[in-house]
Amino acid sequence: MPEYRHDAAAIRALVRDDAVHRDVYISPELFDLEMERLWRSAWTYVGHDSQVPNSGDFCTVNIAGQPLLMLRGADGAVRVLLNRCAHKGAKILSANSGNCGKLLRCSYHGWTYTLDGSLRTVPLKSGYAETRFAESPAAGGLTPAANVAVYRGFVFARLSRSGASFEEYFGDSLSSIDNLADRAPAGRLEVAGAPLRYMHNSNWKMFVENLNDTMHPMVAHESSAGTARRLWQDQPPDAPRPMVIEQFLPFVSDYDFFDKMGVKIYDNGHSYTGVNFSIHSSYAAIPEYAAQLEAAYGAERARAILGESRHNTVYYPSLTIKGAIQTIRVVRPIAVDRTLIESFTLRLVGAPPALLERSAMYNRLINAPTSVVGHDDLYCYRAIQEGLASNGNEWVSLQRNYSDRERGEGLLGTHNGTSEVPMRGQFRAWVAAMTAGGA
Amino acid sequence: MRAAGDDAALIEFVYHEARLIDEKRFDEWYDLYADDGRYWMPLMHGQPQGAEHTSLFDEDKLLLKIRIERLRNPKSYSQAQPSWCQHVLQAPRIESRDSELGLAVLRTPFMYLEYQQDQQEVYAGVAWHHLRRGAGKIVIALKKIELLNCEAALPSLQLFP
Repeated sequence: MPEYRHDAAAIRALVRDDAVHRDVYISPELFDLEMERLWRSAWTYVGHDSQVPNSGDFCTVNIAGQPLLMLRGADGAVRVLLNRCAHKGAKILSANSGNCGKLLRCSYHGWTYTLDGSLRTVPLKSGYAETRFAESPAAGGLTPAANVAVYRGFVFARLSRSGASFEEYFGDSLSSIDNLADRAPAGRLEVAGAPLRYMHNSNWKMFVENLNDTMHPMVAHESSAGTARRLWQDQPPDAPRPMVIEQFLPFVSDYDFFDKMGVKIYDNGHSYTGVNFSIHSSYAAIPEYAAQLEAAYGAERARAILGESRHNTVYYPSLTIKGAIQTIRVVRPIAVDRTLIESFTLRLVGAPPALLERSAMYNRLINAPTSVVGHDDLYCYRAIQEGLASNGNEWVSLQRNYSDRERGEGLLGTHNGTSEVPMRGQFRAWVAAMTAGGA
Repeated sequence: MRAAGDDAALIEFVYHEARLIDEKRFDEWYDLYADDGRYWMPLMHGQPQGAEHTSLFDEDKLLLKIRIERLRNPKSYSQAQPSWCQHVLQAPRIESRDSELGLAVLRTPFMYLEYQQDQQEVYAGVAWHHLRRGAGKIVIALKKIELLNCEAALPSLQLFP
């Protein structure tokens, strides 16, 4: 018996101002509803247009249970199409990525489509002469995603027909994507190589929440970053710091550091930590790069671009980005307790190779399935997934720095960095999407 | 022990390296690596060496040391229940030698099992040992591990294939 599908009040009761009920992480029914109501009405990240540079280039992805194609057309436009033959429903392309040439051709009965998804040919078409084929969905070709937007190379889709426009949905949070792309002297980014693919045996929200959780690094990452710090502590202060030390050590900064970092909250669940500075602020400068940025933008604007050092920006619910180190993490929920995290390294077009080396190293140290940082994070998510089965307490506390003023004044704007306000903002968006239509 | 550089000694070295990992004799294992040695597991089939593409592992000795010391840290929560691993090696083959540089390259197909708390993962691949004659002993200049499913979505892989 469905407990939540037809009961908006029951869903609303799961989210309090400062706590959420455990079912949001462990109920398979709520997971299915999340895919239908939250993920398909959200603007979710599909891919980056640099992954499909040429006509016929494609990537296949699955978002909220929907098989999708991101495809570059002969007209140069990037489209997102449902990956389903109009005839019997076979996926048109199954490789992760590739080039399909000038046409898409179904592997089963050879129906072909042009790169914009229109049906081009059906073998032995005369067989349909006396049918209502022309008026049927089959004649419509490959169904496009309801809404697609490409912003600075980032391709997003909204799968449902109704919902907020792209600009309304993300608002000023897009400034984090701007800062990331602006860091390239050429003003654009390219995905560099394959993503790290890490399968999490935990609910997707634990990962998303963790990205703006600044109270965990000094605890969960003491064993990795703390070990790095101990091994390095006998070095003279002026010893050149290897990149690995430079990247690991800030993880074990103290509470004061993370608190002063600040967090900014936007509508619809988006937020970023590192308003004032971040764990990326003290990386060694790459002089040649600063000069290139100045040449491209002028000294003042170059300083402003590099002056931003945002930690993680959450584009709720599907994407998190790190502008200051040029890595992005893509969230692909698979089941209530199974989530694929794909982490991409980005090249700042026109920047010296040292920047890509730094990004590639960071991505590996932090986001790989072989990462000692990732191991401890996932251990904690899994511990929550299993611990929530406990009947002793059905509520998850999100109270840190909550005040009843939040009810009236809302929670938008800048807060102290260790507040749990980003999670409260995410659940406001969650409950709104999950109860939209007043089911 | 035979003279360093002797075929049988090189092959024995590869078996010994795997055994040290499986028995968690990590300090001895660490000492097998040259000071500029590298432990590398590419993320893609056919990935060229170089820092411009990320990898699953690309550890210099400092990173190996951090990993080894972390495994001993009681606050390594992901190791609250320790992982164990087992290498099963096919006979290593000497692929090439350069006696002037004291270098030999060995190719070893393997299976690697990693176990933790009721879960056992099975991996397979090919290990390439680039060995060098150090101060009276054989050392690893590069161990490259080509994992069969390097491009797959993987769970936590916590020890050393």
